[in-house]
Amino acid sequence: MTDLGKAAPRPWARDALRWDTAVGALLVVLLVCSFAFVDNFGNALNLSFLIGNTLPIALIALPMTLLVVSGEIDLSVGSTAGLAGAVMGRLWNAGMAIEVIIPLCVLLGVVCGLVNGLLVTRLGLPSLAVTIGTLAAYRGIAQIVLGSDSVTDFPQQYLDFGSGRIGGSFVPQAAVPWAVLLAVAVLVLHATPVGRSLFAVGASQEAARFAGVRVKRLKLSMFVATGTVSALTGVFWALHYASARYDNATGLELSVIAAVLLGGIDFDGGRGTLGGAVAGVFLLGALQNVMSLVNVSAQSQTLITGVLLVVSVLAPRVARQVARARHRTAAAPPPPVPAAT
Amino acid sequence: MTMTAKPAPAPAPSGAAPGGGLLDRVLKVRELAIAVVLVLMLLATQLDNSAFLSEQGIKDLLLNATILVLVGVGQATVVITRNVDLSVGSTLGVTAFAAGEFLRGGGNPLLAVLIAVALGAGFGVVNGLLVSLGQVPALVVTLGTLYIIRGLDSIWFGSRQITAADLPAGFVSFGRDGLGALPYLAVLTAVVLAAAAYYLRNYRSGRDMYALGSSPEAARLAGVPVRRRILAAYVLCGALAGLAGALYLARFGNVDSGTGSGYELTVVSAVVVGGVAFTGGSGSLYGAALGALLLTSINSVLPSIGVSSVWVQAIDGTLLLLAIAVDRVVALRVAAVLRKRAAQTRSAHHD
Amino acid sequence: MSERTTPARRLTAVVAVVGVVALGAAACGGTTKNSSSKDSSSAPTAASTASADPGAPLKKGLTIAYLPKAVNNPYFTTSDTGGRKAVEAAGSTYKEVGTSSSTDTAGQVSYVNTLTQQRVDAIAVSAQDPGALCTALNQARKNGVKVVTYDSDTNAGCRDVFISQASSEDLGRTEVQLMAEQIGNKGRIAILSAAQTATNQNTWIGFMKDELKKPQYKDIQLVKVAYGNDDAQTSFQQTQGLLQQYPDLKGIISPTTVGIKAAAQYLSGSKYKGKVQLTGLGTPNDMRAYVADGTVRSFELWDPAKLGALAAHTAIALVSGRITGAPGQTYTAGDMGTFTIGQDSTVVLGKPTVFDKSTIGQFNF
Repeated sequence: MTDLGKAAPRPWARDALRWDTAVGALLVVLLVCSFAFVDNFGNALNLSFLIGNTLPIALIALPMTLLVVSGEIDLSVGSTAGLAGAVMGRLWNAGMAIEVIIPLCVLLGVVCGLVNGLLVTRLGLPSLAVTIGTLAAYRGIAQIVLGSDSVTDFPQQYLDFGSGRIGGSFVPQAAVPWAVLLAVAVLVLHATPVGRSLFAVGASQEAARFAGVRVKRLKLSMFVATGTVSALTGVFWALHYASARYDNATGLELSVIAAVLLGGIDFDGGRGTLGGAVAGVFLLGALQNVMSLVNVSAQSQTLITGVLLVVSVLAPRVARQVARARHRTAAAPPPPVPAAT
Repeated sequence: MTMTAKPAPAPAPSGAAPGGGLLDRVLKVRELAIAVVLVLMLLATQLDNSAFLSEQGIKDLLLNATILVLVGVGQATVVITRNVDLSVGSTLGVTAFAAGEFLRGGGNPLLAVLIAVALGAGFGVVNGLLVSLGQVPALVVTLGTLYIIRGLDSIWFGSRQITAADLPAGFVSFGRDGLGALPYLAVLTAVVLAAAAYYLRNYRSGRDMYALGSSPEAARLAGVPVRRRILAAYVLCGALAGLAGALYLARFGNVDSGTGSGYELTVVSAVVVGGVAFTGGSGSLYGAALGALLLTSINSVLPSIGVSSVWVQAIDGTLLLLAIAVDRVVALRVAAVLRKRAAQTRSAHHD
Repeated sequence: MSERTTPARRLTAVVAVVGVVALGAAACGGTTKNSSSKDSSSAPTAASTASADPGAPLKKGLTIAYLPKAVNNPYFTTSDTGGRKAVEAAGSTYKEVGTSSSTDTAGQVSYVNTLTQQRVDAIAVSAQDPGALCTALNQARKNGVKVVTYDSDTNAGCRDVFISQASSEDLGRTEVQLMAEQIGNKGRIAILSAAQTATNQNTWIGFMKDELKKPQYKDIQLVKVAYGNDDAQTSFQQTQGLLQQYPDLKGIISPTTVGIKAAAQYLSGSKYKGKVQLTGLGTPNDMRAYVADGTVRSFELWDPAKLGALAAHTAIALVSGRITGAPGQTYTAGDMGTFTIGQDSTVVLGKPTVFDKSTIGQFNF
């Protein structure tokens, strides 16, 4: 059902309807207004809070965007992060060196992603069902691994990395690796054959296969990437909040998906940009920060997040239909536009 | 979400009768398999702990399952149409509170249940309209309404709660009493299940939902009113979540603004374990109900044989993975058999 | 077939490389728990450096923010309403913020950050996690915000004063005493707790076990600690499991308000009603129906409203400079009397209140 927009390129309509541009613009408007009108928003401390608290979502959103573009989804990211944190805490308590623990945790993320990916690609199972299963399973394993412990005594220099800023600026130190990952993801998605293959697979798996794309391997590697980054996020989470617990990052998957959707990544696959995803992530993050600063209650924030989500999927489609209708009236012989499929 | 992974048994052979028979049989076997696993598990537990299947024990097992079965039946209907409803947990919470608030004001219990059902159906209409008219992925829309309904819920309730003391005694005892080991709630649930299953199996509009789930395009071409059917599935799902909300109130006697949070994943797990595929068009409501019964029974079995609750979540997740993996493998096998038979039939015709 | 093996092989290689790197790092000796535990991770308490002036005037026009574990939780609403009355009576401004889930630690951290930004004078917080809030709270304190924890503490280095609802020791021991009295000092009992990670519950259970070692309880046997995760359905099923696993169970102690009401609701509708005793921590409103129908004889709790009010008085005393949080300092908490800061900068509200059929009618929270 998504092929319509691509099949019939109408430049003017496309430009007017670029949802990711719209979200980016919305983010800019929100930031400008907040700088101007919201007390305590614009100072370095608050901006560092905003970025620091949004980073976990921003991190996972990168591989998630690639995965969703290829037409799959991973709901187990929050549990993978929680599991990585739990294992990190358990091994730390056992007296292992943190320099060993962190690579092991990342490796664990590779394995988690591999399990998801193999189940989806080898057995041909829907990723939604698989990752709902691993969402429960990984979290359950985390609970078995760490039990009721809450590990807080990680070495100070690592904790400082998790919560520190670069010099006196507002940029958290952990934003640097994120920026590197962002650059990699942008390159992969928008400037390499791999990225083009991802879009192709998302748009039509069959067509991509006939065009020589190795669909299964591509998807598998995306799942592995998602698992790896989720585990990294789990490590960052434990350091940022100085607390490794089995229930770390519970429900993170919904925040990531909400942000990615808001950024215009189409859940039918085949469409979206990383710029949009990042804009979506920070739009939600900034909105939450501002709403808290102006004392909007948590309940109303939940409501607003939901409305935003529904609007973000409805609006582009409604706009597309309106545009199509206008186009139809403008062009003399009405083209055979299929009823919205 | 793409559902690009097509259900394997799609290639219908020209001589449909034997294939359909085989498929039907496989599906029945699927339900039978869950039932066998369930019975074996319960018997093994009984051997380990003779108090497990006492009158009280059986009653508890049935009562524990009722709420999940009801929501699962609604969810299964939606999943059969190749959609999903993630907002059921929020709907359950808000309807339970609405019924409780009505009862606290001295309302009639029967009316309270009807209010909960109507409110749930109302949310179902919203979901159904958004999904069918907006042409947007169900996953996203219902994730949105999950937040919206929960937000409305907590703005409306604030920190108020309904406690057992606010409820009429008759309503609370309806939630736990029964005929011997057979609780009233279980009877009610069984009636609802049988009615919904009968509708889906024997009415044209019910069969349409399967057609729609198997192939939306084909169903549309065949003249199935797609939007109306999707809307109907969501309304049924919402109404059952509402009914479950009212029963939750009767059973637990306590509701606050967090009631039902995170329930959607349990429900989806139950439905999938019960053999209703995410790819739409397959599975049965009885299967979903069995899946729900199996999941809640595991949660009862583990504590009564002394396994720590730490293991519950990992076991639930693994079971879900196992269920879908086994389903898939069986489906592939069946598809292979069907293809072979079809080929044989064709070559027989040619000869 | 080649598509099947290549990625697998490549992954094996990756796994091997990472493993080698990890082992190498281990051999070279990295940062381990033992090597780093010397430098304490908790910041030094500000309390010891500044000096208190017990005669300082109480400031007015302050902003005191309450950050409970979760908003919309009836227990915290009661305590924060107590806080609000005390704050407003003292001529200051009250506000309450917080997450709607009691396990959204990240959300709670970002609320601490927001309050720091808004330059409130003091934060009264009930921590979801003892460690996770530390960085944010210390940042707040660096910016001149006084931090009082109530109900659930953080690590001692991250706040000025902790207002404890009752000493953990009192709570643990009195719950055992209530149970012992109900079952005549004899029989098997079990505990139905909240989540496995719940700090408060784990401390109380520790004291319960200690109390049970006393000679007068030699015939009472604690058979199991079950975890209901503060969820009605899970608590139900855990209760059922306890009763099936130990058919001769005499009593259940549930030191969580969610667990006790779920267990009570189950018991009141089962054949065990009146035969299996239930006690623990519950609110009178939750438990009224079960005390009336005989399921529960007695249970206990502190008055959450007073807990909130004491947090308010303490916060104002801190901001005014009457106390700094150092142990041994004494201050007056409005009409609640005089309190002394104890070890670890902890102030104890008092003994828990026991509720039974004759007294429950006097309470409404």
